[in-house]
Amino acid sequence: MSDIAAALETRGLERSFGALRVTRHVDFRLEPGARHALIGPNGAGKTTFINLVTGALTPSAGTILLGGADVTALAQEQRVKRGLGRTFQINTLFRGLSVLENVCLSIGEHRGLAGGLFRPAGSHRDVLLAAYALLERLRLADDASRLVRELPYGRQRLVEIAVALGLEPTVLLLDEPAAGVPSAESGIIVDVIESLPADLALLIIEHDMDLVFRLARRITVLDQGAILVEGTPQEIAADSRVREVYLGERGGR
Amino acid sequence: MADVFSAVISIAFHGVAFAMVLYLISVGLSVTMGLMGFVNLAHGVFAAAGGYVMTTLFNDYGVPFPLAVAIAAIVVGAGSVALERTLYRRFYGGDELDQVLMTIALVFISIAGAKYIWGSEQAPMHPPPYLAGQVELIGRDFPTYRAFIIVAGAVLVTLLWLGLDRTRLGAKIRAAVDNRRMAQSVGIDTSSLFSFTFALGTGLAALGGALGAELLPVFPGYALDNLILFLIVVAVGGLGTIRGPFFAALLLGVADTAFKYLVPEFGSFFIYALTLVILLVRPKGLFGQIGRA
Amino acid sequence: MSDTPLAAVVAPPPHDRPLPEAVRLLARRHRPRSYEAIPWLVAIAGYFAFPDYLQLGAQVFIAILFALATDLILGYGGVITLGQAAFFGSGAYVCGIVSAHGWTEPLTLVVIGAAAAALVGLVSGFVVLRTSGLTQLMLTLIVAVMLGEAANKATSVTGGANGLQGMVISPILGIFDFDLYGQTAYIYCLVLLFLGWLAVRIIVYSPFGRTLTGIRESEARMHAIGSPVFRRRLTAYVISAALCGVAGALLAETTSLVALDALSFERSGAVVIMLIIGGLGRLYGAFLGVPIYMILQDRFAQADPTYWYFWIGIFLLAIVLFARGGILGLIERAARLVRK
Repeated sequence: MSDIAAALETRGLERSFGALRVTRHVDFRLEPGARHALIGPNGAGKTTFINLVTGALTPSAGTILLGGADVTALAQEQRVKRGLGRTFQINTLFRGLSVLENVCLSIGEHRGLAGGLFRPAGSHRDVLLAAYALLERLRLADDASRLVRELPYGRQRLVEIAVALGLEPTVLLLDEPAAGVPSAESGIIVDVIESLPADLALLIIEHDMDLVFRLARRITVLDQGAILVEGTPQEIAADSRVREVYLGERGGR
Repeated sequence: MADVFSAVISIAFHGVAFAMVLYLISVGLSVTMGLMGFVNLAHGVFAAAGGYVMTTLFNDYGVPFPLAVAIAAIVVGAGSVALERTLYRRFYGGDELDQVLMTIALVFISIAGAKYIWGSEQAPMHPPPYLAGQVELIGRDFPTYRAFIIVAGAVLVTLLWLGLDRTRLGAKIRAAVDNRRMAQSVGIDTSSLFSFTFALGTGLAALGGALGAELLPVFPGYALDNLILFLIVVAVGGLGTIRGPFFAALLLGVADTAFKYLVPEFGSFFIYALTLVILLVRPKGLFGQIGRA
Repeated sequence: MSDTPLAAVVAPPPHDRPLPEAVRLLARRHRPRSYEAIPWLVAIAGYFAFPDYLQLGAQVFIAILFALATDLILGYGGVITLGQAAFFGSGAYVCGIVSAHGWTEPLTLVVIGAAAAALVGLVSGFVVLRTSGLTQLMLTLIVAVMLGEAANKATSVTGGANGLQGMVISPILGIFDFDLYGQTAYIYCLVLLFLGWLAVRIIVYSPFGRTLTGIRESEARMHAIGSPVFRRRLTAYVISAALCGVAGALLAETTSLVALDALSFERSGAVVIMLIIGGLGRLYGAFLGVPIYMILQDRFAQADPTYWYFWIGIFLLAIVLFARGGILGLIERAARLVRK
């Protein structure tokens, strides 16, 4: 397709649970700086795909490449070290810690400081300031000292993104970034996603079609574990197969 | 050669008798831990209570043995509902450490309570005359009471499994054990189902404690001293399964009897080692489903 | 804004502006506070105020060190363990056995006990920490009862049910002999408790300690930010085990006896109970929970020798029903009320 290595690529990715093939020969390419959405009806295999990419699950067959390098055999944390960040569909944060410390943990880990036993964490001033700067960029600075569990759900969704950004990833998987947030509040999340650095490759898994069409420049539709079609938002909106499996299903609910 | 053969027979016989008692006591624990997700360190209290009630009725009031056993199971099962409603229920889905502390508190209280009511001594257990003595099987003598435990255990296990397989209530319990959220969403009243299941589990434990009083003597520290044994059966069998603990109890009951017969100088060491190895290879137990918490 | 490369987003801002309040709070968190002197002042005062209870005081310090070490893995690391006695007992037995065989220098014996316990922690942690939930709890328990049964049956080495006899302990630094009144034992245990506390405090506030808390709060997120979760936990497990081993070795040295109860389930359970009473994951839970539990146990046992278990049980029920987070949790809630 192109000479530049994809930010993320899967080749012939397969995963079965017993006799059930939940991921069927997925060839997927995420370009550097992409704004790419992955959609599909419930049970299409989106979550499995994410888990395969992050390394939470091992594929039955196929390869996964990050920036052109094969990471199929690498553990989750090693893939993170190579630039793979993610957020979770359901907030998965350090609820008993402050917002600032949530981000400090990911920055500290990213900078290789987290194994340190002797120097107090608080003396790493540069980590604290970097974390605070990141919170300012995501309009979370006012809540920096509050515990995550005391924040409204929508604000917690932003912390999800902040923690992932602390890793300075080249690829960011956003798993339903606005899930569970009332539509009145989801605007802030969309703004934040739109303002993310241009060199960051984004893969957005989303149910909300308005959001998908607003954010994505490319869309891949997954159905029954396989890629049904991939194209621009216009092409996807016009595709009759997509209407059948996805929009049809959505209208029926 | 004949010696080896008779040793094998003897180990199998006593091991299976022990296993029946272990299973009756532990199956309820497997369900509380699996279905309710509850770290219940107080399960042995109900087995001890069964043993105490039975021996009291049988020794002091002359109640016929089978009736005394049945009453013990029913009284303990019904009485445990009060505990389930007032204490256990508050901690469902809560912090595991709170559950640990709460149930340890129950064990402590039960130890003092048993001392107060029944004294510090072991509750005397003499099988009724018709179950005392020896019985001849394949040309060898075996204690009649142990043979009775095997038969009674087999009957009870069969009844339990049939009940769970064939009745509506059983289907509900199985559904809830397999998938709690699903059961709730199809309209099963999990609250009263939990109470009933809890009572069934503690009732069976009481039955095991009463029938097994001759193998596992009943005394105030019973729940604490045998806790590890019951936990091992559940962990090896697979948390939340109903059949798993049966095979685990068979395996551990026979293995324990064999180890203590063959290498008494090592005590319980090998049974712990065996458990360790099994849990290493299969963290969810022999019959636990992969991928379930 | 979207043209800014990501590196610039997490780059520190210019240094000329004042530090934001949130940053200052975190940057100062590890600094010593005045209230942290309280336990040590109490301990020093206790030496002069209760000269007849110094032996008991030394035992309290040992129990606090054991609980503190347990807090590291239970309160901070989130590993639910009912088998900490495995490490305590290993430290005690190895220290005692080496001493009975002729090496009697107390400080090296403590190091030997700690090393033995750390080894047990490393080997068992490798197994235990691969699992989670109830299986993990079971494995911690089984490791401890297995060692207990081994000590019970290996009578030629451990003395079995009679306990280990024949320990000889030289004077500390060749000067301070263990005396009948426990003056030496009191100060010796207090100093080692202080060192142990210092170590735990440094660890807890270090980046490593913070990641440990992160693992407790959300293991999935720690994986997702690239943290080697298993290695971190194993490290903490080994450190905790070593400190438990120090406590065990101190028990052996101050009492010149090691019995099976050093490895018992009761000891594993009691340390968890004491920590919950004091407050988990708060560094000072051990300092509150251990004395309270030991005093209560002693009072109840004197007031009602037959049924004191009952009162302990009622007390525990009250804690779990009405005082979540233990005594420190109560204090925190009260402080928050006062501030409002």
